[in-house]
Amino acid sequence: MISLMVNGKNYKVDAPKDISLLWVLRDYLNLTGTKFSCGIGECGSCTVLINGEAQRSCTINAEDAQGADITTIEGLPENHPVKRAWIQEQVVQCGYCQPGVMMQVAGLLSENKKPDANQILDSMDDVICRCGTYHRMKRGVKTAVEIARKEG
Amino acid sequence: MKNTLMTRRSFLKGSLAATGLTIAVSATPLGYRLLNASQKDSISGLNPNAWFAITPDNKITITLGASEMGQGTHTALAMIVADELEADWNQVEVRQGGARKEYTNPILHMQLAVASASVRGFYDILRKAGAGGRAMLVEAAALQWNVSPKECQALNSAVKHKKSGRSLTYGQLCLKAAELQVPQDPPLKKESDFRYIGKDLARVDIPDKANGKAVFGLDFAFDDMHYAVLARPPAYGAKSISFDQKAAEAVNGVLKVAPTPHGIAVCAVSLDAAWKGREALKVKWDQGTHPGLNNASIEKSLLADLDKPGSEAVKKGDVKKALSEASKKVKATYFVPFVAHATMEPMNCTAHVQKDRCDVWVPTQGQTVAQIVASKVSGLPPEKVNIHTTYLGGGFGRRATPDFIVDAVIASKILGKPAKVVWTREEDMQHDQYRAAMSHRIEAGLDSQGQLIGWSHKAVSGSIMKDIAPDGIKNGVDIMSLWGLVDFPGSPDNNRIMYDIPNLYVEFLLSDLPIPVSPWRSVQNGPNAFVVESFIDELAHAAGKDPLEFRLKLLKNEMRPRRVLETVAEKAGWGKPLPAGHGRGIAQHTCFGTSVAQVAEISVNEKDGSFRVHRVVVAIDCGLAVAPFNIKTQVEGSVSMGLSTALREEVKFANGGVSSANFDDYSPIRLSEVPDIEVHIVKSKEAIGGIGEPGLPPTAPAVANAVFNATGARVRRIPLTPDSVLAAIKKG
Repeated sequence: MISLMVNGKNYKVDAPKDISLLWVLRDYLNLTGTKFSCGIGECGSCTVLINGEAQRSCTINAEDAQGADITTIEGLPENHPVKRAWIQEQVVQCGYCQPGVMMQVAGLLSENKKPDANQILDSMDDVICRCGTYHRMKRGVKTAVEIARKEG
Repeated sequence: MKNTLMTRRSFLKGSLAATGLTIAVSATPLGYRLLNASQKDSISGLNPNAWFAITPDNKITITLGASEMGQGTHTALAMIVADELEADWNQVEVRQGGARKEYTNPILHMQLAVASASVRGFYDILRKAGAGGRAMLVEAAALQWNVSPKECQALNSAVKHKKSGRSLTYGQLCLKAAELQVPQDPPLKKESDFRYIGKDLARVDIPDKANGKAVFGLDFAFDDMHYAVLARPPAYGAKSISFDQKAAEAVNGVLKVAPTPHGIAVCAVSLDAAWKGREALKVKWDQGTHPGLNNASIEKSLLADLDKPGSEAVKKGDVKKALSEASKKVKATYFVPFVAHATMEPMNCTAHVQKDRCDVWVPTQGQTVAQIVASKVSGLPPEKVNIHTTYLGGGFGRRATPDFIVDAVIASKILGKPAKVVWTREEDMQHDQYRAAMSHRIEAGLDSQGQLIGWSHKAVSGSIMKDIAPDGIKNGVDIMSLWGLVDFPGSPDNNRIMYDIPNLYVEFLLSDLPIPVSPWRSVQNGPNAFVVESFIDELAHAAGKDPLEFRLKLLKNEMRPRRVLETVAEKAGWGKPLPAGHGRGIAQHTCFGTSVAQVAEISVNEKDGSFRVHRVVVAIDCGLAVAPFNIKTQVEGSVSMGLSTALREEVKFANGGVSSANFDDYSPIRLSEVPDIEVHIVKSKEAIGGIGEPGLPPTAPAVANAVFNATGARVRRIPLTPDSVLAAIKKG
């Protein structure tokens, strides 16, 4: 049994020992907002917050995430700056990578409320969007940072 | 306005039970025919194209046949219906329809979302559908009030009687309206009265996507679902020599192992078990049909083919004579490599084959083909095959090919249960049908005034049409491989050289490389525009002319490309001084009925060849701008993806197969490399053109031309890397 705390809820999962956190979230907890894309931590589609930090759930063993506070896109409040910013700026196209991209931004904001331009670029270069929404993503991050600043 | 019907719950809930007013449109040889749902039984055999339903709860459900893959089509198409219907946008729900003849795109003659054809294909039909519904609702209200319909006005899902101030909602009117005859020629609104068309409305799919609720193919699941993965041959034509079936079947959760046309299927109760079973298979493969295949051999083969005779695709005037009389000749060879689709959602499909029906849940661009393929593989007639289209995690042409549907239907047959087939990123990368690599050789002549008088062109590539439209290949010429140079005769899409060249000869040769190719965002307009727009720049330079002026002079009779060039030049400050080391490049291209011009501004470090794209300015003429914000974002995406091919993308091959495997060794562009992108939509009364793809082709040549402008170095191959730029600088 693997015990996980996801979006404030405790789960006990009867899953293979070596399974990644990504597939436990998706196939056992039915939290399919976290996406599978590369499986090697390169693209960021599977990003979740682990104790507030943006992490790649595809390369983390579910067992090793026991005891941590895990947040997925479903657990991010509707009024979270990044969710509001993403809708306000209409960033999304196909939308497959976006939950991971948004969790990357949420992680950035949870660590640093006032990231500078370089910190933003550095963090956002960890994700891939094939539709090429990067131009809108830049505006989305800017708006999310502004909302987060205003609301302290 | 929302898209809740594509959440998981709705997929399981089954079909929409609508009572009220339902309108269908059928395209007949004589034009469109509007039909009421009460006449539904009598419409079988006709081809209705779109449906909407108004129910007593005042909801309007618009059902669309075109797939939503990020291009915003669900929003744009719904806007068209809602505008003519005078619907309250907040009461509109959009729903993805199944595979039905009714959803045939009149441009493509199939239910298929390709060629940037959804809005331009359905615009007239959906307006008529909306207008017909509005006329019926107005008539129903007029009858109820015993007044003339002329005294009544529809607005925001309600009909008002101006004189008396009475008002009834569409929900209140829908049952009465459903009893009326559908007007066959309802009056359409004046464009100046549009309330949604031409406005920036929020996309209907974004809230669910931004909350992780939207269901993509990979997210679809239900109880008793089983899984299958395939061990696929690592080299083209490779056959398995041996595999350890027992070891695979001994893995906990693995149920069956069976060979299939695309590889050896491992079927299991979970994805994890299927993957472990595949590992235990330890397949030994032979070396395949092309063991020596690698990047060098591919490039050598495509370039060597340029010396072989090709088939004539276009002959205008006498190019030999023109070249012999030219005062200056320019000759160049270009190369474009294979590029992967690499959609963020890897290929996948879920199928359930039962005795009397087959259900397929799939992120597909092409429902018609999906249904035909699932029918063939399941052995059931097409009308027993239900295609349930999920959201697509990227399409770009990849999801118009049905290979992953075959996998899932076979897996369900093997298991006798619902089965989901999931490709890993590695399978997706190595078993793609790529954007075709091409080689080109061009020779052109200028007269003593520097005017272009002749252009002789040979192009070599794999066949785009071989699998999707083999009958269209005439005399060895694959027009889709040539899109951007040559289009089908009479096509309004203008996927061709738009320049007025008095003597033009284009010949084509099919490469016999084993690498499968297919349409990739803008099809071969991308590679071909890189070649044509780079070479035009070479000619302008040879003629001693400004690249913009040189182009404009050759487009005297082509207003759309002219206007986008003029607009982009003005917006980008063409001709204005730049800092040292900076350069500007211009390019234009027309495809899928839309003209686009771009100016790229870059800076180059001449010591190491590294360069940075600072700004891309775009002007687009797509006719009426139905959804302007969406046009901008589609163009921004196209520029980013075009830039990705210009700077980064090239599939690597080794030992007879693909060696690129994942995003660590095939790395598309990321955020920090994407410049400022400015999109200007030209006001236009021209026919509506596509918007999902035409923004892509001009980007790579605009960047290459900017490199030339900054350094005097011409790079005739993408991706442009610091090494290739440095080599060109050194060559001078």
